Amino acid sequence: MSRTTYNRALEILDDVCIGCSHCMKVCPTEALRVSAGKAVIHADWCIDCGECYRICPNRAIRVMDDDFKQIYNYKYRVLLVPSVFFAQFEDSVPREKIYQIIGELGFTEVCAVEQSVDSLTDEVNEYVKNAQKPVISSFCPAVIRLIQVRFPSLVDHIMQLLPPIEITAQYYKNKFAKAGIPDGELGIFYLTPCIAKIAAVKSPVGGYTSPINGVINMDFFFNKVYLAYKQRLPVSGNISINGELSSKGILYPTTGGESANVEGRTLAIDGMSNVIDFLEILENEEIDGVDFLELRACDQSCAGGILSHRNRFLTAESMKKYAATAPDYHKLTLDYQRYTSAVIHMDRIEPRSMVKYDRDIDAALQKMERARELRELFPGIDCGACGAPSCEALAEDIVKGQSEINACIFLRTLYEKRGELPLEEAIKIMERIWGRTRFDKRF
Amino acid sequence: MNLEYKVEGGDFTSAGLASSQIKKILKQLNVDPAVIKRVVIALYEAEVNIVAHAYRGVIKAQIDGGGINLTLEDEGPGIPDVEMAMTPGFSTASKAVREMGFGAGMGLPNISENADDFKIDTIVGQGTTLRIGIKFR
Ligand SMILES: Nc1ncnc2c1ncn2[C@@H]1O[C@H](COP(=O)(O)OP(=O)(O)OP(=O)(O)O)[C@@H](O)[C@H]1O
Ligand code: SF4
Ligand code: SF4
Ligand SMILES: [Mg+2]
Repeated sequence: MSRTTYNRALEILDDVCIGCSHCMKVCPTEALRVSAGKAVIHADWCIDCGECYRICPNRAIRVMDDDFKQIYNYKYRVLLVPSVFFAQFEDSVPREKIYQIIGELGFTEVCAVEQSVDSLTDEVNEYVKNAQKPVISSFCPAVIRLIQVRFPSLVDHIMQLLPPIEITAQYYKNKFAKAGIPDGELGIFYLTPCIAKIAAVKSPVGGYTSPINGVINMDFFFNKVYLAYKQRLPVSGNISINGELSSKGILYPTTGGESANVEGRTLAIDGMSNVIDFLEILENEEIDGVDFLELRACDQSCAGGILSHRNRFLTAESMKKYAATAPDYHKLTLDYQRYTSAVIHMDRIEPRSMVKYDRDIDAALQKMERARELRELFPGIDCGACGAPSCEALAEDIVKGQSEINACIFLRTLYEKRGELPLEEAIKIMERIWGRTRFDKRF
Repeated sequence: MNLEYKVEGGDFTSAGLASSQIKKILKQLNVDPAVIKRVVIALYEAEVNIVAHAYRGVIKAQIDGGGINLTLEDEGPGIPDVEMAMTPGFSTASKAVREMGFGAGMGLPNISENADDFKIDTIVGQGTTLRIGIKFR
């Protein structure tokens, strides 16, 4: 077990974590437990959705973004900004001003990341025509990882075309290379609204290596920009701004913004539990005739990303307002054709099986049967006092040797009542789960 | 491992419960997703047939390292001509059932296609028992 998520996008800070178990209750893959008074991540099961970060009341979970100072390792510093960033500000803050401030904060060029959407959409339609239906969007990395871990039979439905961010990054890489700028002098950075995108850049799936050099936390960066704005930081205007964006591009990260461009019967589903519900029925093959599925882990899609601080509905509204003022196509489409292909293909995405009980099926069956018997003993309240998210999860942990029957406070109380378990033993068990000093408090 | 589920005739909104539960178990056992898909399709069709055509039934599943054996035993009208019922496209489904999206006459052929072993025993006026076997490897 480790203290970081699978792709090292989040880290639990042991000195801040009080083991309150809020995170454990929301993890869609039950990847979290409380042990010795701290949250612990089963890294193999984590899908980098960030739900644990979102709910943590103690700010004990840290986003493992890149150190901002590293941008100065490069002579040319390009920041790829998602449209959701502008919607973090009240509508009265001019976009031009935001761009200028980004320049003052250290970047030499800033680019709207959804620029590549215009050339991508035709290709997506071509792809969907010929692929196994329904095609599942490759946009949200948390959804891709959810499918890998919980719905392995559906991996072949994931669209094998990379999302816009990677095409925009390629565009910059190739453009600077053609201009004769040495490889090491260009740093491409992505301003991220979520940790799933960090995972996607740092450990991409589908046999691809991202040219993006670093990821900047949008929450952190918003504060920097807003502070500069409030303090009226003087701007020199030295930044080169590439803000070309079509209305399609602006709306792409909002719910329905991607599916709206796909021909045929499409559905747009946002929010982790909605996505899981839908994938369950899709796996049973109960849905016919759907061509394309836009699935996003966050409610209101990226407007509800964990690093988007503003209310998600207001954020989505701002994006729609921005889109209403933008043209249908932007001017750089031809330029994109010159420097990059409209699409980048990726390899088949491999499933990432959860191994609930055992790799060997006979051993797994035995353990599962024992777990089912154990579950009969437990109260079914899913109280979490055992350090596992549910009675079912505790039963699984026990048969794998990772917990014990007496971890259940209901059974323990029963054993104590019968005089079968001494008090000291019961306290020791609680200390193993909730930490050594937890029961020493003086009131 | 042995599992048992009850099915009520006419209760379309609960149909699919057994197949969802068994799917979950097979996923936890790391059975090949392609095999799971076959089990789910076969079981779901058979489950819906009880709901659509019989009065009530019991589904029994027996899982071991080699595969899964499903027995679906119902009380119902039985099938007068099994060979005819097995013909793709043959259906006696009522208009109401067709309006719910069932009744294409593809259920039994689909089960047969996805099963390694498939057997129907039926007595008209009493009921039908389906035996479906699917191997994991
Ligand atoms: N358990 C059953 N009891 C009685 N009759 C049945 C049963 N299962 C199937 N049948 C009969 O066999 C016919 C063919 O079944 P099949 O599952 O292939 O098609 P269907 O149920 O009519 O339509 P679909 O399965 O495509 O929705 C049914 O229309 C029904 O007359
Ligand atoms: S990021 Fe998501 S999957 Fe990973 S531990 Fe947190 S809640 Fe669970
Ligand atoms: S919906 Fe958007 S913000 Fe949320 S996890 Fe997916 S890509 Fe990230
Ligand atoms: Mg049928």
